[in-house]
Amino acid sequence: LRLPETRTDAAMSELVPEPRPKPAVPMKPVSINSSLLGYIGIDTIIEQMRRKTMKTGFDFNIMVVGQSGLGKSTLVNTLFKSQVSRKSSSWNREEKIPKTVEIKAIGHVIEEGGVKMKLTVIDTPGFGDQINNENCWEPIEKYVNEQYEKFLKEEVNISRKKRIPDTRVHCCLYFVSPTGHSLRPLDLEFMKHLSKVVNIIPVIAKADTMTLEEKSEFKQRVRKELEVNGIEFYPQKEFDEDLEDKTENDKIRQESMPFAVVGSDKEYQVNGKRVLGRKTPWGIIEVENLNHCEFALLRDFVIRTHLQDLKEVTHNIHYETYRAKRLNDSGGLPPGEGLLGTALPPVPATPCPTAE
Amino acid sequence: MKVDCLPLVTVAVPVSSRSLILPLPPPLQQDKEYVGFAALPNQLHRKSVKKGFDFTLMVAGESGLGKSTLINSLFLTNLYEDRQVPDASARLTQTLTIERRGVEIEEGGIKVKLTLVDTPGFGDSVDCSDCWLPVVHFIEEQFEQYLRDESGLNRKNIQDSRVHCCLYFISPFGRGLRPLDVAFLRAVHDKVNIIPVIGKADALMPKETQVLKQKIRDQLKEEEINIYQFPECDSDEDEDFKKQDAEMKESIPFAVVGSSKVVKNVGTRPVRGRCYSWGTVEVENPHHCDFLNLRRMLVQTHLQDLKEVTHDLLYEGYRARCLQSLVRPGARDRASRSKLSRQSTTEIPLPMLPLAETEKLIREKDEELRRMQEMLEKMQAQMQQGQAQGEQSDAF
Repeated sequence: LRLPETRTDAAMSELVPEPRPKPAVPMKPVSINSSLLGYIGIDTIIEQMRRKTMKTGFDFNIMVVGQSGLGKSTLVNTLFKSQVSRKSSSWNREEKIPKTVEIKAIGHVIEEGGVKMKLTVIDTPGFGDQINNENCWEPIEKYVNEQYEKFLKEEVNISRKKRIPDTRVHCCLYFVSPTGHSLRPLDLEFMKHLSKVVNIIPVIAKADTMTLEEKSEFKQRVRKELEVNGIEFYPQKEFDEDLEDKTENDKIRQESMPFAVVGSDKEYQVNGKRVLGRKTPWGIIEVENLNHCEFALLRDFVIRTHLQDLKEVTHNIHYETYRAKRLNDSGGLPPGEGLLGTALPPVPATPCPTAE
Repeated sequence: MKVDCLPLVTVAVPVSSRSLILPLPPPLQQDKEYVGFAALPNQLHRKSVKKGFDFTLMVAGESGLGKSTLINSLFLTNLYEDRQVPDASARLTQTLTIERRGVEIEEGGIKVKLTLVDTPGFGDSVDCSDCWLPVVHFIEEQFEQYLRDESGLNRKNIQDSRVHCCLYFISPFGRGLRPLDVAFLRAVHDKVNIIPVIGKADALMPKETQVLKQKIRDQLKEEEINIYQFPECDSDEDEDFKKQDAEMKESIPFAVVGSSKVVKNVGTRPVRGRCYSWGTVEVENPHHCDFLNLRRMLVQTHLQDLKEVTHDLLYEGYRARCLQSLVRPGARDRASRSKLSRQSTTEIPLPMLPLAETEKLIREKDEELRRMQEMLEKMQAQMQQGQAQGEQSDAF
């Protein structure tokens, strides 16, 4: 009996990562306790899960942080191949740098191969743009914790929604300026504070100003600096589930990251093909050409292989850490709203200290 | 070089101000009485060649914008060989420092003593409030020193350490001037000639460069920041030169790319540039960046003008402000009594500088020693040449 391959499988595998390679023919069931005769069909559970996901679609919330002008919006648009982020610099519009960091969340529904994704892009204009950038990460930390709080409130409710709306930040792309020297003090400060509450993926922006050698030197230095300062970016070492994960992630952590990317929303003709790129007098930089930049690696990493993992780490680890702290602070499991008229204790004014 | 400015009378002879060697006027006016002071420019030129030329250039801007590479490319030196760039954790507590590097460059018999003033740490910290104050203080210190020297008794060997020009690097990754850029420029624009420059300009496509330049120009106007204004062309310059000059003025701020590496691509001649997988940026290609314009403007045509503007405009402005501030109750008597006569220096309460009189003397002596050493070397070289020639003639 051959497992029916649905039409959507090929497209689905783009967005929903396969946990294990699908068997071409049904494997002989291996029982643990008793001997089974014949095929049961429990391995179709994967198929059922897929169908459900397709129907309900899923949420993904991505935050972008970095100084203005580093190409954050362009990159996100390139990643998701749609205008999901409004570029705050249309060349004919007056744009004033906000005095404090603002948090702007814009949601879009994009669909591919029958799978619907509710994508929310959270922009942070004003970060790192002032003369004095002390504590400019605080509004961001506050926002992240607020989303955890929202989720916690909903979870703790007596009658909860079937599917709790998930506004938690699953992934934070941090844009590093391509100085060629090292990280800037602000980069360190931000990542120190936020890497414990959210998955941070550092990205080297506008990497078309670095030659291959400069790129590799810079990446090495950045990795070393992060290590020396105890900053764990996603994928964090401690959350590798098994050896397979570890080897795959080790390679990414030690060689590829941080990804040196170039973004573009313009197409040019190269060798008869239309490609996304940047046209300069000395050549055309192709965004999806691995010899030119690592955009394709970032895209595959975030969307094609680790999307689900990003969500899981956010839910199982970051959120749980927050929840544990909150409940500990309030002295035990609160009964929730409605019961005995007690509500959750108010969110502390300062961001919750995160567990080591 | 401080030259006593005698009024130059312009003679109706097409003299191109670009060439260093000024031709003697043709013997057109032999029927009229020929006085001969039209040869004055030549005399000045010869004097300045002998004396040498010194120039102080300040480079400012965030780290990582290619400042050092550009300086090395401009002056074909390796001034920053032993530089250590501190990493981010070290820079967390770093304050802005002022570094001076000197280099002597000789070309075509002309010697230039170039002093580079660097501002490492600028714009790096998380909190950059007032980080430009040490720079302002430094520039004013040089003016102070010059004011004291000028008012002193022994004015033979005044060392001009005033900053003649400041190359300010703007990031190509931003959307124009950042708040820090504006604050810095506002603080120094009345004290030093500013030439704004867009660093690492190979990050930009041509259209983006144009838009960014226009945005910066608009912002400079809006914030009323005075950058160095190129003097107008003389009306007797030829059309080509005027066109070139106009083009140069329009390309401010200069979008530059620096490189000290020579790239040898197959089939083309070796050029200085940056080699990417998608092509090579040529530093000296005017279609790729404004490096040539900057070099021409800074080194080839306006070096002297920058010094003059520093002396005539900026320094005089400082001096006037300084002396005006002395006109207060208490100091009024002294100030009104003397128009800064040479002998009364000790009475004027100039802002205190920690430089002692002896240090100044030492510096002057050092300069004299250096000059004597040069003369000695020249004589030795001549002797050796003479010997070699003598041997040659013997061989024949």
